[in-house]
Amino acid sequence: MAPILELKGLSKKFGALDILKDINVSIEAGEFLVLVGPSGCGKSTLLNCIAGLEPISGGSIVIDGRDMQNVSPKDRDIAMVFQSYALYPTMTVAKNITFGMKVRGVDKALQQEKLDYVARQLQIDTLLDRRPSQLSGGQRQRVAMGRALVRDPKLFLFDEPLSNLDAKLRVEMRTEIKKLHQKLNASMVYVTHDQIEAMTLATKIVVMKGGVIQQIGTPAEIYSHPANLFVADFMGSPAMNLIPAKVKKNGKGTQFIIENKDRDDLILTDRHASNLPEEIVLGIRPEDIGDSKLQKHNHDQVASCLIDVLEPAGADTYALMLLGGVEVTARLQAETSAIAGLPMDLSFNMDKVSYFDANTGERLN
Amino acid sequence: MTNFAHYSTTHVSVKNLVLRWLLYAVLALFAFYYMLPLFVMVTTSLKSLEEIRTGSLISLPRDVTFQAWATAWSSACSGIKCEGLRPYFWNSVIMAVPAVLISTFIGALNGYAVAQWRFRGANLLFALILFGCFIPFQVVLLPMARLLGQMGLAGSIPGLIMVHVIYGIGFTTLFFRNYYVTIPPELVKAAKIDGASFFRIFFSIFLPLSLPIIVVTIIWQFTQIWNDFLFGVSFSEAGTQPVTVALNNIVNSTTGVKEYNVDMAAAIIAASPTLLVYIVAGKYFIRGLTAGSVKG
Repeated sequence: MAPILELKGLSKKFGALDILKDINVSIEAGEFLVLVGPSGCGKSTLLNCIAGLEPISGGSIVIDGRDMQNVSPKDRDIAMVFQSYALYPTMTVAKNITFGMKVRGVDKALQQEKLDYVARQLQIDTLLDRRPSQLSGGQRQRVAMGRALVRDPKLFLFDEPLSNLDAKLRVEMRTEIKKLHQKLNASMVYVTHDQIEAMTLATKIVVMKGGVIQQIGTPAEIYSHPANLFVADFMGSPAMNLIPAKVKKNGKGTQFIIENKDRDDLILTDRHASNLPEEIVLGIRPEDIGDSKLQKHNHDQVASCLIDVLEPAGADTYALMLLGGVEVTARLQAETSAIAGLPMDLSFNMDKVSYFDANTGERLN
Repeated sequence: MTNFAHYSTTHVSVKNLVLRWLLYAVLALFAFYYMLPLFVMVTTSLKSLEEIRTGSLISLPRDVTFQAWATAWSSACSGIKCEGLRPYFWNSVIMAVPAVLISTFIGALNGYAVAQWRFRGANLLFALILFGCFIPFQVVLLPMARLLGQMGLAGSIPGLIMVHVIYGIGFTTLFFRNYYVTIPPELVKAAKIDGASFFRIFFSIFLPLSLPIIVVTIIWQFTQIWNDFLFGVSFSEAGTQPVTVALNNIVNSTTGVKEYNVDMAAAIIAASPTLLVYIVAGKYFIRGLTAGSVKG
């Protein structure tokens, strides 16, 4: 099956400034693509380019096999939801939703039918006569989605749609968007700076920085095999521990020597790693460091570390310590026996470790 | 901690009271000062000529008579014609109403294009339009006269309408541009994706949003155009003069006695439409001027 959206060598310049460089992405029908990155990474610009709201400087955009060169936004068969909702302030909810159909001269009866359907889907049927200023943030968000849904487009575009909502509502709406995606089996492109949103919603994530794609992959791939230090640091909360280490080889495998505050160097061994340079950055997720009495994996390495701070977070307790000159977080059980200021035996799951080049930041294993 | 106990509360409140009444006194004084000319105008217009000659300027009329108003409206002489302000008043109406509406509409369209469709050179174009606000009337008199002559509009009311529309576009564009620039650009984006055209977006989305700024612009333009004298006197001929020019002619054509009461009545008649517009829509004017801070 042909991909629903294909970006080939897309670039965007403002004068001499490169906003997007050589973007190559393609998604199949029914996929949920999330563009994620820090602000100013070009993700929203990319979305606007796909929508045809910004001209592109090079490359091509193909939607459902049709090249979008010189195709205006209204003819791209897309719908877009904006961060500010962009509801038409003087129109009622019903008129907001049907405006696109009215402009296109859709039959009145069909308009009403589609409006009713969408209103029921999003549970906004009681709000249809209100104006946007009389709605709460969450309701406005629903109306904005209704306006997109009613178009029944090939591709949905979301530009940080949840950023203006409060934390609780954001989580609720996130789930709803996910349910909607599953129900409609629609193709979606979603822009966010929130890596948790990206992880929870996406079937495919594109991590961007400075207009360049850092990594494309499923949430699991991005999480467990980040392509470079930027992705490793950006995705996941708390972030992946990135510990500078010296590499030594011996008969049993590769040894990583990590500076351990006021104590003997911490030495971790990996039997499988090979061809590593002398200086690397060792990446390990907080959940892959655990209490040695409880965590048991095939390739666990146990080491004694001095716990500086304990942060109970309800379901877990985070233990912070200084290793290799950086703050390292371990995720322990809520009822942990760890005590701040005292050393503790922690086991490091070497199966889940990532190695990065200390100079280029690229992944090595 | 600072100890405030030594401040006597009664002392403070007495001081406040005195200051407050002082404030009222100053305000009343200024109100009186500004109202005085109007008072003199109204009372003088209600007196007979006999009474004006014998009485004092600021005294109330002994016998209220509307004779001067009737004369000013329908039979006061300007030059050799004695038909009052009436025909010229209507000249002003047929000049001002279309000129106000057209210039407001063009300003809205311009402001929308410059603020929401960031085409190449939009800012430069806006700066140039704005420049039009600062060109003194006198500079354009001769070129405008020539242009009107070439277009066959010299001395006609449509010619005056055109002059006022052109001159008004700078200000009206400025008003609307500053209003529309506060509206998030996503609105246009959403409408574009919905399939609406440049004009469709303007008429369906932006114009309905614009009531406050439309009121501001109409008041501003109406006041400017109605009160204009220079264009009126330069680009009109006998029969097409606006009321401001006719007022001047009436006041300046004296036959023997100076009819102060008629002059005053005529002046009030000539000023009444702008006064009325401001009284009726004034609160929208204030509201509209600050409307930029309100989210669209």
